Amino acid sequence: MTDDTPLLDVDNLWVRFRTRSGVFDAVRGISFTLGRERLGIVGESGSGKSMTGRAVLRLIRPPGMIEADKLEIHGEDILSLPERQMRKLRGGRVSMVMQDPKFSLNPVMSVGHQLVESLRAHEPVSRSEARKRAIEVLDEVAIREPERVFDLYPHEVSGGMGQRIMIAMMLLPNPEILIADEPTSALDVSVQLQVLDIMDKLVRDRGMGLMFISHDLNLVAKFCDRIAIMYAGRIVEICKASELHNAKHPYTLGLLNSVPDLEHPRDRLEVLQRDPAWREAPSVSARQ
Amino acid sequence: MTAIDIRNLDVWFGVGAERAMAVKDVSFQVADGESFGLVGESGSGKSTILRAIAGLVPTWSGEMKVAGEALGARRSKAFYRKVQMVFQDPYASLHPRQTVDRVLSEAMGLHGVQDIDKRIGQLLDDVGLGAGFRFRYPHQLSGGQRQRVAIARSLACDPSILLLDEPTSALDVSVQAEILNLLTDLREEHKLTYVMVSHDLGVVGHLCERIGVMKEGRFVEVLAVDDMRRRKAKDPYTRHLLDSSINSVR
Repeated sequence: MTDDTPLLDVDNLWVRFRTRSGVFDAVRGISFTLGRERLGIVGESGSGKSMTGRAVLRLIRPPGMIEADKLEIHGEDILSLPERQMRKLRGGRVSMVMQDPKFSLNPVMSVGHQLVESLRAHEPVSRSEARKRAIEVLDEVAIREPERVFDLYPHEVSGGMGQRIMIAMMLLPNPEILIADEPTSALDVSVQLQVLDIMDKLVRDRGMGLMFISHDLNLVAKFCDRIAIMYAGRIVEICKASELHNAKHPYTLGLLNSVPDLEHPRDRLEVLQRDPAWREAPSVSARQ
Repeated sequence: MTAIDIRNLDVWFGVGAERAMAVKDVSFQVADGESFGLVGESGSGKSTILRAIAGLVPTWSGEMKVAGEALGARRSKAFYRKVQMVFQDPYASLHPRQTVDRVLSEAMGLHGVQDIDKRIGQLLDDVGLGAGFRFRYPHQLSGGQRQRVAIARSLACDPSILLLDEPTSALDVSVQAEILNLLTDLREEHKLTYVMVSHDLGVVGHLCERIGVMKEGRFVEVLAVDDMRRRKAKDPYTRHLLDSSINSVR
């Protein structure tokens, strides 16, 4: 395992849906790689950012179709992988944190039970060992009294705690890649940063690759190394997070300027003027 | 003149041992034409205050005076002509099987507005939609367009006070900017008074002049937005909120 093979290598990825009025392209030929870094993917609703995250795990069901010249996880082609092996990969080597903990935790199973189940699905460990590791990982995501929380049900924990439990669950089998799809947009601002800090620390400590999908450009800029900005299924701009202020694409600038900023009040917010040419411009490659 | 005058408001849910206080001893005034923001995390009671004003929560005590009218257990029809509410989720607040035309004409019919036909065209223009949207169903509209319809509905009876419950939190940032601009324009044109709930200090800071910061059902601080910008917040919780929302890159 040489370190210069990227964790994730995607070339010319398309996600298509057959509809009554012809084929709809949700993702239109994007290319990117993910190393041991934090890659942010930003765009509005309908820009194809979530579809990209799902396509990487082949989580798009028919009539949706995934096509790519290359879709490799650590050098292994996953487009041709049988479904059985895919299931091992999902949650094992690549895991995903979804938007709302209310919908991603099982409401009739205790938190601990779910953690143990997810670990034992990927590793042959004994119950007591799994319990021990589950409590350790709860502690890692800054949950106080992990033994008590282990026995709680999802409705007994707050949204921020639920999302930290989700992150704990996803980190248990030690994945190489974490895909976080709007992990904090269901949370309050005051809890958001806390959850992000925890995720950030874990990702860095473990040397994982993170794909961070969000509509909030400012948040992503603060939190990622590289940012890919998506529009209409294509990547319109890729830049280092530290150089976001030098971004050139009018869409990126529009997104940045449309956010009301507490420190720099303006009478009117800038409204995006969408240029049809953006849609037709070829996708920028985010391969490294 | 004060548009809204609230004194010692308590709101609770449940009875007996189950009784939970959602709002505790809250007092604030909003002047005519002012825009007042309520911020706090989920469960802090900010939306409950709006719902209590609108008459959607019957279990409250204290004094509420809105547009010169002291509120009791029931609201008069005249009250609803003066006070209207816009809800958070435009996907949930419009009837999926009614056209924009029907949504708006029903609201006007209830308030006995004359000349509905002409008013609808005017309302749609006001919210920047245009007559082409009149006979569309909600599923034919985007999130931002739906919120525009919801705002048009709240303006249908020409109210003087709008209660805004997180009107942009279900929308993309780019669409949020459009709706916030619209709200700014409408306020100027119609001389409206706003009470707006949001958990986003940036949004509240953009639209409001004064802000009440809530925690666990109480006001921890009421301060002017200008003071907040100059970091003059006194309460540690307000400072914490400020620190977590100042995340701009420029």
